[in-house]
Amino acid sequence: MNEEAVKRKYRILQPPCGLHCIKMNDIGVTIGRETIIEHVNLHIHCGKLTVIIGRNGAGKSTLIKAVLGEVRHTGTIEFRDMRDKSIQDLRVGYVPQHLNFGKDTPTSVYDMFASYVSNVPVFLRRTKALRERIRQSLSMFEAQELMDKQLGDLSGGELQRVLLSIACDPVPNLLLLDEPVSGIDRNGMELFYGNINALKKKCDLAMILVSHDLAYVEKYADNVILLDRTVRKEGSPAQVFSSREFHEVFG
Amino acid sequence: MQTIYRWMEAVLPFDYIQYDFMKNALLAVLIITPLFGILGTMIVNNRMAFFSDALGHSALTGMAVGVIFGVTDAGLSMVIFAAVFALLLNKIRHSGIAANDTVISVFSSLSTALGLVILSRGGSFSKYSALLVGDILSITPAEILRLLIILAVTLLFWTFAFNKLHAISLNASLAKSKRIRVALIDNIFVVLIAVIVMLSIQWVGILIINALLILPAAASRNMAANMREYHLFSVLLSVFSGILGLILSFYLDMAAGPMIVVVASLLFFVTLLVRPLVKM
Repeated sequence: MNEEAVKRKYRILQPPCGLHCIKMNDIGVTIGRETIIEHVNLHIHCGKLTVIIGRNGAGKSTLIKAVLGEVRHTGTIEFRDMRDKSIQDLRVGYVPQHLNFGKDTPTSVYDMFASYVSNVPVFLRRTKALRERIRQSLSMFEAQELMDKQLGDLSGGELQRVLLSIACDPVPNLLLLDEPVSGIDRNGMELFYGNINALKKKCDLAMILVSHDLAYVEKYADNVILLDRTVRKEGSPAQVFSSREFHEVFG
Repeated sequence: MQTIYRWMEAVLPFDYIQYDFMKNALLAVLIITPLFGILGTMIVNNRMAFFSDALGHSALTGMAVGVIFGVTDAGLSMVIFAAVFALLLNKIRHSGIAANDTVISVFSSLSTALGLVILSRGGSFSKYSALLVGDILSITPAEILRLLIILAVTLLFWTFAFNKLHAISLNASLAKSKRIRVALIDNIFVVLIAVIVMLSIQWVGILIINALLILPAAASRNMAANMREYHLFSVLLSVFSGILGLILSFYLDMAAGPMIVVVASLLFFVTLLVRPLVKM
């Protein structure tokens, strides 16, 4: 195993230290004349699953896009090591809701994975080392058997596991997840939440999940943020779900 | 060039090869077809068939702009115009205003019409009508060299940027989170398409150039299971239809470009038929 692989493995086995903090200060996004979100202030700690809830159009995905750097935003996002207060480079991982490909697109899981993590051109050759790396990453989510399958042949749950593996190679400091909405049955959802719960314990990272299913939020979230243009309410699932603001939004 | 000619005559003992124009055409086909085979894979993946078609049509305006500004090398004004046009279309493609195909169609028609209006002034359009069908038999060694250079550039870009391009095509946000320069790579790709389309359009023709870009890749998808097979089949099918189409056109005394497209189309239907056997 080369040095890089060892390092990665080490990182994977590193449990959350709880001492990294991602701080969002006064985040605002205005597109055209419309203010989508404003004055969003958040503290996210590693080892915690923070779930964003809110009605449609509340700005949940916009906030994710702002953190990803896809839309221009005001305010700052900083990533701090609480031990020495140093500001560090924030590595963001992202699990999208869906991918753009036709049913017959000849992309194997290997092709897709390699395209995101390697420069060895996938149309030209594949290397043993890269295959091994991908197999290891996929095996974190029991997806190693899928390596040579075509994307179009995967079930919703299988694709989700592949996407999680890609987002976690290398393990990011902050993982952003868009909860899958379609193509996944109840079993698949349990597995999805089970996986991110395991990830939280195994790896040193913070997670933000945009969710549409409040039942799972209650069960798995450490911290819930009720977003409606700005942060309306923040706290444990029980605190948020019993709040006046929650009832105003979800009525 | 003479060395290549002699070499070709030695290797290919057929009577069509004794003509220099056939040697040139064959060389051009051997460069253009793999180029289109490669490029087509991502055009089809990104569902950009309409986009590349619009680019082809912009050739007319490109040439008209060249005429207005008195540019002696029509190829140059076409390439520059198409590159700018491609960047503009790409911006529209990603902006999400109106339905994509509608907007692209409007721009495509506009550039065609504008080109026709200007070029037909004084009833002189017949001069340019070769642009519509193309004539690969009239290609010269200098122009073959140009194509060879663009093939080399494409191979270089593909080797260094294909993974990124592929990553962007699957999900741009995910690509961005992996620190891929999404806009830059995407724009280089569309400019590359523009340049290649413009440099080959004189030989292939506006009417059918898009078919040559799309068909080999579309046929390849019927059989390929991964990116390597996709590229391999696409290039092989493209080169095969190019050579067979050219030879057929020589013996049947028909236009070469359209004949190549006919062969490529037939191959597409064949792959459609064998698809259930290959993909279970």
